[in-house]
Amino acid sequence: MISRRKFLQASATGTLTLLGARQLFAESKADPRECAAVLVDLTRCIGCRACENACRVRAGFDPLPPAAIGYGEGDRKLTFRTRTFIDRQKVPVKRQCMHCLEPACVSVCPVAALEKTASGPVVYHENLCIGCRYCILACPFNVPKYEWDNALMPRVGKCDFCADRLAKGQSPACVAACPTGTLKFGKRGELLQEAKARLDAQPGRYAAIYGEDVVGGTSWIYLAATAPEELGFPVGLPKKPLPQLTWKAISKVPFVVIGLGLILSAAVRWRTRET
Amino acid sequence: MNGLLMLFRIVGVLVGMSAAVYACWLLSGRQFPKHLGSTFGWLLLIVLWGLGGYGLTSRYALGLGAVTNLSDQFPWGIWKAFILCGIAFAAGGFLTACMVYIFRIRLFYPILRPVVLAAYLGYMMSAAGSLIVDLGRYHQIWRPIFYWQHHSVLFEVAWCVMLYSGVLTVEFAPILLEKIGWHRTGRFVHAITVPFVICGVILSTLHQSSLGSLFLIVPNKLLPLWYSPFIPLFFFISALISGFAMAIFVSALSFWIFHKPLEPRVLTTLAKAMTPLLLIYLFLRVVDITSRNAWVYVFRYPLQGFSFTLEMMLLTTPLFVLLRTRWSGRRRWAFAAAIPVIVGVILNRLNVAWIGLLPAMNANYVPSWIETTVTLSLISLGVVIFGLAARYLPLFEHATPGESHTEVMAHASA
Repeated sequence: MISRRKFLQASATGTLTLLGARQLFAESKADPRECAAVLVDLTRCIGCRACENACRVRAGFDPLPPAAIGYGEGDRKLTFRTRTFIDRQKVPVKRQCMHCLEPACVSVCPVAALEKTASGPVVYHENLCIGCRYCILACPFNVPKYEWDNALMPRVGKCDFCADRLAKGQSPACVAACPTGTLKFGKRGELLQEAKARLDAQPGRYAAIYGEDVVGGTSWIYLAATAPEELGFPVGLPKKPLPQLTWKAISKVPFVVIGLGLILSAAVRWRTRET
Repeated sequence: MNGLLMLFRIVGVLVGMSAAVYACWLLSGRQFPKHLGSTFGWLLLIVLWGLGGYGLTSRYALGLGAVTNLSDQFPWGIWKAFILCGIAFAAGGFLTACMVYIFRIRLFYPILRPVVLAAYLGYMMSAAGSLIVDLGRYHQIWRPIFYWQHHSVLFEVAWCVMLYSGVLTVEFAPILLEKIGWHRTGRFVHAITVPFVICGVILSTLHQSSLGSLFLIVPNKLLPLWYSPFIPLFFFISALISGFAMAIFVSALSFWIFHKPLEPRVLTTLAKAMTPLLLIYLFLRVVDITSRNAWVYVFRYPLQGFSFTLEMMLLTTPLFVLLRTRWSGRRRWAFAAAIPVIVGVILNRLNVAWIGLLPAMNANYVPSWIETTVTLSLISLGVVIFGLAARYLPLFEHATPGESHTEVMAHASA
């Protein structure tokens, strides 16, 4: 029979350990104001697809055929090879990974093959990937795509914010290629301020900022003349980061383990004495 | 290259078919079929496993894109859904082990072994078998052991299932050890079973609910008929329900087929234990859907509405039997009530992992014939192994954990 004191001791130790573990589990996050970001001013975009072409070249795929420039041919969706493209909505909308501040894909990956780097980019480590494709399911913007035709080592394809170029102090390839100033690279805090300043200065030209607080905020921020829902952005996403929804459940695991462990052990003791 | 692929596929088909022949031969007591009925059974399995062999070799030679209907739009298909179904079905294993080893309910001692074996096979076929087929990099399946990411539900599920498979091995081991006559090892395994069962109950509670938590991250994709902040709780309760139903189903069927006597009270008691859980589950689901104003979705999407209605009907109709004392006391009715419950819980898993995701993901996914036959092959493999174990292992000689271990083993070796 477990004595009362022993039981109390065990519970106290358990609780303290748990509290310690919770501290450990809380991750250090990058400062959202300092991390790399891009402001996409959709009112300036002419849909020339120079960004799309630059992205393909930088990622090592064939460039767009010359006939495709402008409103021509080409993948009109994200694929393993097309990590950004110009979506023909009411106005041209550039699509790519939004680089969420608290990405769902990073939180769901069981082997940490996806990582939110301190400088901002969400990058994919293909050598860690097991191919469960949970990231593809979990992404609220449907960004990660899969190399379905690779039988042995299929990879996830998504925009990596040109993390290698950023590390060298350069801007992402698409930003560097943009001829109209639609894309502006900088720090998130400053770009957000600038977006608000533009909105305030020309309320007739701009209607909405997208990316400030959706799913906890994204590193790519859009400034548009119409409501984001009309431009093909997902509707009904919460403002809180999605990983919080899951963490509510996962964080209860230690309590279940200790609680059930105590109850079941007690049951075993009780039943052994009875029989 | 094409010739090589053909060769590979032919080998797959032949291996599948010969495995089917061998399995059928063993199952029918090392005999070839004598009458039409069993010939049909043989042919069915031979064709199925032949197709399964073709499907598997194609999948490993060509990749997921070539043989499945999966796409960037719908990345998780029937193989992932089958994992959810198989694990829900296998919940009877931890329930029965808990009732026998922890609560020492004598009534259930006889059904422990068949139910634990069925659970073991459920995990092997779905969690292990289906996952190895489904993972893009199946050869990296071991990675979660060394690369930890504790924010991921899938990581938690992977660890729980891995550890629980170990627990099931320990629970299943005595049957095998008795057969080969290693009684000292058997006694040792028996002595350490209780702590393992406690771990098994904890692990099962965790991963049965976590399979629901997997979908917490997609509030904008899973239809509100199934998406709920309480989905882990719903998955856990429904796993308990399907666990009781599965225990009824497996024990009734195996004892009847192999002509072993089974006390009728076993089935009716399990059914009585299942009834309040079923009532609680349905009540909570209704309250949950009402509080989120989600009933409109039953009418908004015809397929999803139909699937939801069917799920609810499968889970409610057994109550008419279970709540009527005149019927619930009969084992035939208990068995009849268990079947729609199992199908209902499995349909719930299919709805969560497949049907309920279709509208928001703008997808039109239906499993390809290879996905279907591989899944059916895995299920039939589980059934075949169960049949073989029932035939060749001491599956119906029950260990009695209430008595001293030496006594048990002496009884077993006698």
